[in-house]
Order: sequence, then structure tokens, then C-alpha cells
Amino acid sequence: MSSRDDILGVIRRHQPAARPLPDVPLFDANLPPMLDRFKEAVTRMGGKLAELPRGSDVDAFVRDRFPDARIICSATPEARGTRDLATLSAPADLQDVDVGVVRARFGVAETGSVFLSETELQVNAIGYLVQHFVILLDPAVILPNLHHAYEQPGFREARYAVLMTGPSATADIEGILIHGAQGVRSLTIVLMSGGAQ
Amino acid sequence: MREKRIDHAEAASEFIASTEHVAFHDRRLWDLRKKRDRESESIPEWEELRRLASAIKEHTLTHLADYLEEFERNAIANGARVHWAVDAIEHNEIVLDILRNRGAKTLVKAKSMLTEECDMRPFLEKRGVTVIETDLAERIQQLDDEPPSHIVVPSVHKLRQDVAQVFGRTIGTDPTNSDPHYLAESQRQNTRPYFVGAEAGMTGANFAVAETGSIVVCTNEGNADLSVNVPPLYIASVGVEKLIPRVRDLGVFVRMLSRSALGSPITQYTSHMRAPRPGTEMHIVLVDNGRSERLGMADFWTSLKCIRCGACMNTCPVYRRSGGLSYGATYSGPIGVIIDPTFSLRKYSNLPFASTLNGSCSNVCPVKINIHEQIYKWRQVIAERGQLPFVKKQAMQAAGKVLASPKLYRAAVEGASAASEYLPRFMLYTRFNAWGRQREVPVAPQQTFRQWYIKNRGQPS
Amino acid sequence: MKVALFVPCFIDAFFPEVGIATLELLERLGCEVVYPLDQTCCGQPMANNGCEEEAAGAEALFVRNFSGFQYIVAPSGSCIHHVRDHFTAVEQTEEVKQLRRNAFELVEFLHDVLKVEAFPWAEFPHKVGLHNSCGTLRGLRHAKATEVSEPFFSKPLDLLSKVKGIEFVTPDRPDECCGFGGTFSLFEESVSANMGHDKVSDHKRAGAEYIVSADSSCLMHQKGCAERLGLDLRFMHISQILNGARE
Repeated sequence: MSSRDDILGVIRRHQPAARPLPDVPLFDANLPPMLDRFKEAVTRMGGKLAELPRGSDVDAFVRDRFPDARIICSATPEARGTRDLATLSAPADLQDVDVGVVRARFGVAETGSVFLSETELQVNAIGYLVQHFVILLDPAVILPNLHHAYEQPGFREARYAVLMTGPSATADIEGILIHGAQGVRSLTIVLMSGGAQ
Repeated sequence: MREKRIDHAEAASEFIASTEHVAFHDRRLWDLRKKRDRESESIPEWEELRRLASAIKEHTLTHLADYLEEFERNAIANGARVHWAVDAIEHNEIVLDILRNRGAKTLVKAKSMLTEECDMRPFLEKRGVTVIETDLAERIQQLDDEPPSHIVVPSVHKLRQDVAQVFGRTIGTDPTNSDPHYLAESQRQNTRPYFVGAEAGMTGANFAVAETGSIVVCTNEGNADLSVNVPPLYIASVGVEKLIPRVRDLGVFVRMLSRSALGSPITQYTSHMRAPRPGTEMHIVLVDNGRSERLGMADFWTSLKCIRCGACMNTCPVYRRSGGLSYGATYSGPIGVIIDPTFSLRKYSNLPFASTLNGSCSNVCPVKINIHEQIYKWRQVIAERGQLPFVKKQAMQAAGKVLASPKLYRAAVEGASAASEYLPRFMLYTRFNAWGRQREVPVAPQQTFRQWYIKNRGQPS
Repeated sequence: MKVALFVPCFIDAFFPEVGIATLELLERLGCEVVYPLDQTCCGQPMANNGCEEEAAGAEALFVRNFSGFQYIVAPSGSCIHHVRDHFTAVEQTEEVKQLRRNAFELVEFLHDVLKVEAFPWAEFPHKVGLHNSCGTLRGLRHAKATEVSEPFFSKPLDLLSKVKGIEFVTPDRPDECCGFGGTFSLFEESVSANMGHDKVSDHKRAGAEYIVSADSSCLMHQKGCAERLGLDLRFMHISQILNGARE
């Protein structure tokens, strides 16, 4: 008998009497204003919020924010960057990138998270191997809470999907909060409409 | 072979002997507990979420075989490969086999209690695979050759100076520099080449969604996502109890997991791996290792609801004072106390007594496991199966006899000096003067209540 | 109202004044108090160590002493928690089930059954730190535990608030277990004492002069800890204050 059949057999024999599966409500009554809540949550989770100065573009914004950045990669047509993601032969090629730029599909007010999948990231590792990460988000696509977020089709369709909330963080040494544990050192969310995704 | 019993009390007293460590450990974990309280109080539906989470898990566990089959079907349809491991050894062999077939020599992995439970790292290392723990705390523990002491914050029992010593010894940092920023940055620099060069990456799973065949991993450092998204081969080790039916159910669990664990609204990364990246492989190893047997234990099966948030450990006053390593098991604290005896009743027979049965663990549990009631129940199992220490069994037999007989009882407690003898006789059949080492012994009164009653309220019948 | 008084073994032997205060208080409140003379213990010490077999004799004796009373009242939360929730070493006959339902801890009896509005004889002009034992707090649900999301309530505070002159102080960790835990205090001596020392220090820092509780066992442990640390703290059972103890 295979391990599979063995395991499933014992489980079937041992399963206690059936219990019902409850419905999960959306818990969306009386929530605070979404954009305010989102901003508050992003800040709390260590993310930075920004808006583009009038007349500026994303490339200019990134150059201005990260004046020392040599290599910038963008997964959104709204920024050109300095290196074309299409030229990469492997994700590890992103290891020397200073700044990555993407546009998120939606945000979640409750937690300050944004949704990203392989569609937005193009190369998934861009969200982690680069030093600093800039995410464009349309304030019109912020959902109230995680229950609403998980109604989105992305979680069923994407190969890889992440709710990203602030930069890489650790408090493993005496509870001292440090950003940039393994992944990005900083995460900046630029609230700007646009994006056709 | 008779396994040696873990002596929690002895190990705990060694931990307590370092006053600086125990004070910090207690303070740090209590701080997490307080942050958890703030989060739970900020969500009006908190108790409702706990009820839902518990019900979803109980439903899943009572239909587990069907959900595992559904999960497997969907995962295969997604292009992942699914393996089944009856026990730890089979799990380790499957992983080794996957790595060897692809010529993978280096494995970068995120924290996984299941791989700790399977003792996978030494198994692979003996067979020529370099395994790199990439979670900072887990890496500290790996470099110090110590198991994790906590399921969420594995090195919480260490002070910064301890970490500086470990890193100084192993990755060449300045052992006198204990600045946490310096230490964390050093580990980042040390680990990065492995992320870039490893042929394989591995994670555990916080949840496995039957509806989509997805693995869900919740982390803060980004190391899991690096392990998944940089190497061309990804392996997920998943305990069979991690299943949940629907994507929608994640809303309930993700809202509570990090709030319960760390008091933050969500982990920095909540990652959903459904299918391999084009041109790469994704393997899922579904592991039993005693879980199917536990499912058949009427009093203990609900321990399988556990989502490994560690809230019970943070709130446990005994765990906070004794440190996770004192439990001598992969799982420590209250949840460990009710899981460990299923791995070895004899070896872990002292653990259910490392509790005051205060019940705070059950109150913080996001999936409403009646942890302290199960601890109580385990004590009965341990006594029934003859695993109580001889002195304790003897003391209980003596006490039971005296307390069942009004005559013997009165002889024991009445009279001028009897009462002062009573406590030692009744309770102190253990370590020499256990009460009086750090506490004053109560002074016995001149008469018992019963004697007073007879004198003041009438005659005995 | 007829009430059977249960004075658990260690209160009988070590804290007769708690039994006396409970008896007098119930009498002042108009109860007819019966004290069955052959009582010893509820079985908890053995049962908490897993020894159901060894607990059976004490539980059977408890049934013989207390069966048939509509109210059984004891000044000890952990004992009543045992009778109500863990009294399983004897056969669960209708008689036993009824007895388990009829067992009340003093505070809940005063609060929920007698619904006492005033203790005109009671005055206690001191700073008091309330210690809710885990058996009363989470076992009998005397009060909101800090980790549970629900509106605040506290039966012992409701009662003590009716005492003239009393002042409450709140430690940092108001419902952290004190570390007594029955035989835990002996078999896990290091952890137990460490918890006890932390507990009394927390109360002292908050400014308590007295630590008051519905469980004498916790108090015995904490008193031993405070004395060893040389902390000037006094310990009193809630029945004594409600019965008008003065110091």
C-alpha cells in the first residue's frame, strides 16, 4: 500500500463525527474611511507613503528619492528604470538592483497591504532581491479588509500572489525592530491613479 | 529502549539561574502578549473570528481525507508535484530524493517547525546537502547548534550578547559588537550569496488551501519569498493538518495569525504559492508523522486545529520563566505540552505537569483549543499508564487514603503540632524542602476550623 | 436559606479564620449554615495530578457529606472549580450531577445567588490589590480576564466596592497566575517561586498594602514569597474583609 493510501486510510478511520463549515461574513460594517485607514496601516507596518509632485513622473520621483541608486528596474510601463527586466536570464540577476518599481493590483485598508502577483512583478524576485521597493497604487482600488481581499480572483488565478505589507522586517534580536532583514530595506507606496491592469 | 524522561523542572531551574535571561525572556514575551491584547481589543468581531476559525478547522479535520484529496488534485492540475510521507524519515528521504534528482547541493529554507520535527537538517547535511536557515532567529539557532526555543521567535531566549558570541564564532563578526543592527546586517550579507546561488528553496506552510491547491506562508523577513522565487526548485513541507477548505477562509486566519503571534495586524509578507514559475519545479510533501493517529484521540484531536501562532507560549507564565528549551521537545509551551506526549508518552510524561492549569493559553488561542483542559486530561492518561514518578504516585495514594477517611484526616490535622506536620507530609514527599527554599512556610494555627466550630457552634454528632 | 458550608482541608488546617469569617458572614446575611462534620476534601489534589483512582475516595466522601443540599458554599475557588468541572472520579449519578450544580464559591454565591447589596459592617481603609485566582477567574469566570475581548466585569470587585474606605490598586499584570498551582509549587519549585516573587513585587510596586483573594492557597504561596523577599505586604481572604475584619 502506498504512503498516500496509508495516510488517507488512517485519517478516514479516525475522523471524528462531521462538523459543519460556517459561512464567513465580510465584516465590513462601520469601518473607518478607507484611505485614512490604509495610510495609517502602511505607516505602522514600516512603509512610506508618497505622492508624485505635480508634473513629475515616476522615473524622476525615483531618482529624487534614491539619488545614489545606480540600477533601477521597473515592472510597470509607468517607469523606464535603467535596466530592462526582459534582459534578465535568471531572478538572481536582480541581486545588484538598487530600486525596483511595480504597480500593485489593489490595496487593503485594514492592514496596509498591497496585492502583487507574477503579472505585476514580472520577475517575482524583484519584490525581494532589490534594496528598495517602490509600489504604485491607485487609491481607488483599496479594499476595506482581508475578507474583501480574498474575494478577489487573483488568489485563484495567480501562480504566485503576495499581500505585501511594508519592508522586510525582523525583531529577532531582543525585539529590536530592524528593516531590511533579508528582503527590501524600504518600501514606498506612491498613491497615484492609473495602471491598466 | 526506555527513553529518558525530560526533567522540565530541572532544566527550568537552570534557565532561571541566569536572572538576566529569565527577566528579559519574561518581559519580551509578555510584551508580545500585551500587543496581542491591543490588537484583539481593536477588532470588535475578535471573538466571532475565533469561533469561525475553530469551526472551520473542526470541519476540515472531520473531512480531512476528502480535503487532502481535493488539495492534491488541484495542486497536480496546477503543475506541482505532490508527495506523501507517513513519518519523519520518509519526509526526509523524499526531500533528499528531490534534491539529488536535480543535482541540488544547496538548500535555502524558511523557518518550518515541521522540518524541525522531522530533524531534516542533520539528515540532509550528513548526505552532503548544505542547508541554510534564512530566518534570522532560526539562523542564529542553526549556527549555535541549538533547536528553536519558540515556534515564532526561535531565539527569544538569547540576549544580544549571546548572538554576538555566536556570530563571532561562526560568521566572523566582531564578538564584542552586540548592536542588533550590526548583527542583523551581518547575517543579511552572509546569507545573500546563498539566496543567489542555491539550487533549491524550501518553506513550510501556514495554510494549504484545498480549493486552489495553494500553499500559504506568512513571514516578516522576506526570506521565504526569496527561497521560493530565486532558485529553480521549490519544496514545501506541509503537515496534513494545515488544510483549510477555501480561499475565503484565509480572511479569518490571516486576520488573526500575526495579531495573535506578534500583535501586528499582518505579517509583512503573506505569500500564496499555487503553481511553479514557468521553467521551474514545485514539490509539496504532505506529512503525517503521527497526525492521523492524533486525529483518533477523542480528548486530544482538536490540538490539530493549531495554527502555530505561539500566543499560548507568550501568555504562559511557566513558559516565560522556563524557556522553550526546558521542554526538550520540538514544540514547547502549552501547545507542546499537549502535542509532545503523542510522540512519546514516557519521554514527555513530565510536561503536562509543567503547568499551573491557569487557562490563559486557552483564552488566547485563536482557534479555541481547550489547551489547559487537555493538559489536565493528559495527566490522567499519564497516571493511568503508570508514567507518574514513583514519589508522586506514592504521595497521591497516601493523600487519597487520608482524605477519604474523616478519622485519618482528623488524626493528621488536629492536635498542637499535627497541623505543622500536615503540609510536609501531605505535599512534601518530593525534593527536599521544596516549599521552603524560596518561600516561608506557613505557621500552623492552634486549632482547626472544625475544632473551633465544635467549640463555638455545638457538639459533634 | 439553608446552606452547607464546605471548608476545604487546607483552610480547615491552616486558615481556620477564613472558615470562621465565611460562616459568620453567611449567618449575618440570614443563611442557615450547616457544617457537615465528616468533611475533608473535594478530591482536587489527587485529581489535579491525574490520579482519578486516588481521588475517588475523597469525592465519594464529599458526596456523602454534601448530597441533598440546595446550596453548597466554600471559600475556595479552586475547590469549587474542581467540584463543578472536574469531579469525575466517582460515578456520575443524578445525585452527583445535582451536587456539582449546587456547589458555589463564596463570591459567586454572594454576588449571583444572594445578590448582596451592602455590607454595612465592613470597613477597610487600606490599599488593596485584588488577586483573582485562575480557578475563579478562568474556571468559574468571576471576572473578565485581560486576554478575553468582552466588556469588563468583576464579581469580587463589585462586592469589595461596597466596603467602606477600601481603595484598589492595579498591578501591571492584574491576572497573571501567581505560580501556586497545587503540587506544581513543589515539583516545579523554581518556576513557582519565580512567579510568586514577580507577583508580590508587582503588587508592591502598585502600592498595595494588602493582597486579597478568594483563594487561600494562592495567598499562602504569595505570603511565603513576600516574607522571603522582605516585602511589607499583608494577605487576607475576601471573606474576612466582607465580614468586617479591621486591621
